Amino acid sequence: MSVGAKKNSRTRLLFSYLMLIIIAICVFYPTIWIVMSSIRPGTSIYSESLIPSNPTFEHYVSLFTSEQYQYGRWYLNTLKIATLNMIFGVILVVMTAYALSRFRFYGRKNLMSGMLVLGMFPGFMSMIAIYILLMQLNLLDTHLALILVYSAGAPLGAFVVKGFFDTIPKSLEESARIDGATHWTVFIKIMLPLSKPMITYIGLMTFAGAWGDFIFARLVLRTKEKWTLAIGLWDMVNNASSNFTMFAAGAVLIAIPIALLYLFLQRFLVEGLTAGASKG
Amino acid sequence: MATKQSASASDAAAISRQSQPSPNDTKSNIAAKAAVLSGVFWGLGQLFNRQYVKGILLMLLEAVGLIYLINYLPRAVWGIYTLGETPSQMMKVGKLYKMVPGDHSIHLIIKGLITLLVLFIFVWVYVLVVRDAHAVGRIRTKGDKPNNFLQTLEYIKEQKFAYLFLALPTAAVLFFTIMPIIFMILLAFTNYSAPEHIPPAKLVDWVGFQNFKDLLQLGTWSGTFYGVLAWTIIWAVLATVTCYFGGILVALLVQQSGIRLKTMWRTIFIIPYAIPQMLSFLIMRNMFNGEFGPINQYLSYFGLGKLPWLSDPFWAKVTVLMVNMWVGIPVTMVLVIGILTTIPKDMYEAADVDGATAWHKFRAITMPMITYSTAPILIGQFAGNINNFNVIFLMTNGNPPNGEYQYAGSTDLLVTWLYKLTLDNNKFNMAAAIGIIIFIIVASLSIWSYRRTRSFREEDMIQ
Repeated sequence: MSVGAKKNSRTRLLFSYLMLIIIAICVFYPTIWIVMSSIRPGTSIYSESLIPSNPTFEHYVSLFTSEQYQYGRWYLNTLKIATLNMIFGVILVVMTAYALSRFRFYGRKNLMSGMLVLGMFPGFMSMIAIYILLMQLNLLDTHLALILVYSAGAPLGAFVVKGFFDTIPKSLEESARIDGATHWTVFIKIMLPLSKPMITYIGLMTFAGAWGDFIFARLVLRTKEKWTLAIGLWDMVNNASSNFTMFAAGAVLIAIPIALLYLFLQRFLVEGLTAGASKG
Repeated sequence: MATKQSASASDAAAISRQSQPSPNDTKSNIAAKAAVLSGVFWGLGQLFNRQYVKGILLMLLEAVGLIYLINYLPRAVWGIYTLGETPSQMMKVGKLYKMVPGDHSIHLIIKGLITLLVLFIFVWVYVLVVRDAHAVGRIRTKGDKPNNFLQTLEYIKEQKFAYLFLALPTAAVLFFTIMPIIFMILLAFTNYSAPEHIPPAKLVDWVGFQNFKDLLQLGTWSGTFYGVLAWTIIWAVLATVTCYFGGILVALLVQQSGIRLKTMWRTIFIIPYAIPQMLSFLIMRNMFNGEFGPINQYLSYFGLGKLPWLSDPFWAKVTVLMVNMWVGIPVTMVLVIGILTTIPKDMYEAADVDGATAWHKFRAITMPMITYSTAPILIGQFAGNINNFNVIFLMTNGNPPNGEYQYAGSTDLLVTWLYKLTLDNNKFNMAAAIGIIIFIIVASLSIWSYRRTRSFREEDMIQ
C-alpha cells in the first residue's frame, strides 16, 4: 500500500471514530441525565450541573414507601401482565405461524391476506369497541382484560415467525413422519427446539410490548392500585404536582431489567429482525 | 362457544374432504338421504350414517345454537336496522319522575354484531355438516365402513392439524380484532357524537356518507383534515428516511474494516432500542423542556439563545423527528449489521481485483444488498410511522395548539387526532371516518409495495 493510501485510511478511521464517539454521546446523554436526575435531591427538572453535588437515594426509597405512589404494586402488576401476555402471546403466535408455514390447507392464502389487511387498521381504531365489549363482559379495570386483549392481538404478528419456520428444511419433519411421529411430536420435539432464537425474540417483543403499553392500559385500568408502571409514570410527570426526580428513579428501575434483557439477548434480536427482513 | 363451533366445523370439514369422487354409476342414494336429513336437523344424517357420538354432539350443538339465535336474532336485526327507538328519559311513574332506560344505540350495535357473528358461524357449520353427511354417505355406498368417533378424532389430529392449531388464534382475532373493526366501520356511517347524539339520553342514527363529506368538504373539518393529513405524510416520509439512512450510516461506520471493538460499539448503539419507548419519549420531553430542560440550559451556557423546542410549531416538528431518530435508528442499524455480515466476502475481493474504489464497492455491492433485503421493512416502517401514536402523544400531545384546527394541534397526526376526537371530545363518528381513511392510505400503499417487491423478486436480481 502506498503512503498516500495509508494516510488516507488513517484520516478515514480518525473521522469514523470521531463520528462514533459523537453518536455514542448522543446515545448516552439522555440515559446518564435521567440516572443523575434520579439521585438529585429535590423534585425539579432544573439542575446546576449534570452530576449532583450531594447525591441521594431517597427517591428510590420513597418510590416504595410513599403513600401517593404505589410503585411496588405497579411493578408487580406490570410484571404479572407482561409475563402472562408473553406466555399466551407466544403460544398463539407460534401456533398460527407453524400452521401457516408447514401446512397447505383450504383457505390458507385468504387467511394470510386477511391477516395483512387487519394489520393495516390503526390499532386503537377498535379501542372503543373493545372498551364497550369489556364493559359488557364486566372486565373493565381488571388485568385479565389487558392480558386477553394483548394476547388476542398477537397472532396478527405471526409473519415474522412464519418466515423463520419457512427456513427450516422440510426433510427434517418428513423423515420423522416416516418414522411414525405424529404432527404434535414433530412440533414439540423438532420444531420448537430449533426455533428457540425466534421464540426468544417474539417472547421479548411481546413482553416489552405489554411492559411499555400505555394507551390501552390507561383506557382499561381506572383504579390506582391496578395501574401498570406506564400509567403510573405518565401520571408522575403529567400531574400538576409533578415530581420529576421521582419519575427519574422510577424510569431507571423500569428500564434496567428490559435493557439488560435486550443486551443479553442481542444475538436473538439480530436473528429475529433479519428473519423478518428477508421474508418480509 | 365460538371456539367449540369452529372446532367442530373443522371436524366436519375434515370428513367432507376425505371423500373420494365415487364412481358415477352408483347413484348415491344413501349420501343424498344423509345430506337431506342433516339439512333438516344437524346430526340426523350422521345418525343415519351410524356415527352416533358425532350425531348426538351435533344435535346438541344445533339445539344450543338455535336457542341462542331464536332469543337474540330478531332483536339484533331490529337493533342494527333502527339503532333503537326510545331513548332513556324521565317518565312519570306514579307521583315521581323516574329514569326509564331506553334503547342504547351503541350497545345495540355491539350486541347485534355479536349475534350476527354467531349466525355467520352457524350457517357455516350448517354447510359443513350437510357436506359431511353427504361425504360419509358416499363412503357407505362404496361399501366402506364410516369412521367411528375415535377414528374421526384421530383423523382430525393427523390430517387437519392446521385447522386444529388455528382454531384458537382465529377465535381470538375474530372476537377482539375483526368484530371491533366492523363496529368502528359502522360507526363511521352514524352520527354518534357529542353533544347531540350520545346515548343513553339520545339516539344515534345512520347518516350514510355524511361524515366523509363533512371531513373532505365542510370548511371547519376539511381545513383540519387536510392540514393534519399533510403533516402526517411529511412526518411519515421524513421519519422513515432519517431513521433508515441514519441506521445504514451507523451500521457502516461500525462494520467498516479497521474499527476496533465492534461489539462494544454495537452494544452501545442498541441501548435506545432497549429502553422502553414510552420512557424514552417521556425523558426526552423533559430534556427538551423550554424553560428548565438541560438542552436549553446548555444552549444558553454557550451563549446561544434558548430554542422553543416544543412550543413552536416548526421546532416541535423538528424535535419529534430528532427524538424519533434516537429511538428508531438502532432498529435499522441492527438489521443492516445483520445483512452486512451475510454479504459474501468474495464479491468484494472480485471488485478489488477489478480495481474498484470503496465508493464503487458501496454503490454496486453494499447498497443493493441492503435495499434488497430491507425494502419490505422500509414500507412497513413507513406504514408504522403514519400510525406512530406514541411519539406524538407522549412528546407533544399534538401541541402547540393550532387555532385554525378543529380539536387538533400543530403536531397532531391523523391517529392522535383520532384519539383526541374519541376520548376527549366524543366525536366517535368523525374518528371512525378518519380511521377508515388511514386504513385506505396504508392499505393501498402496502398493496402497491407488495406488488413491486414481488416483481422485484421475480427478476432474480441477486440470487
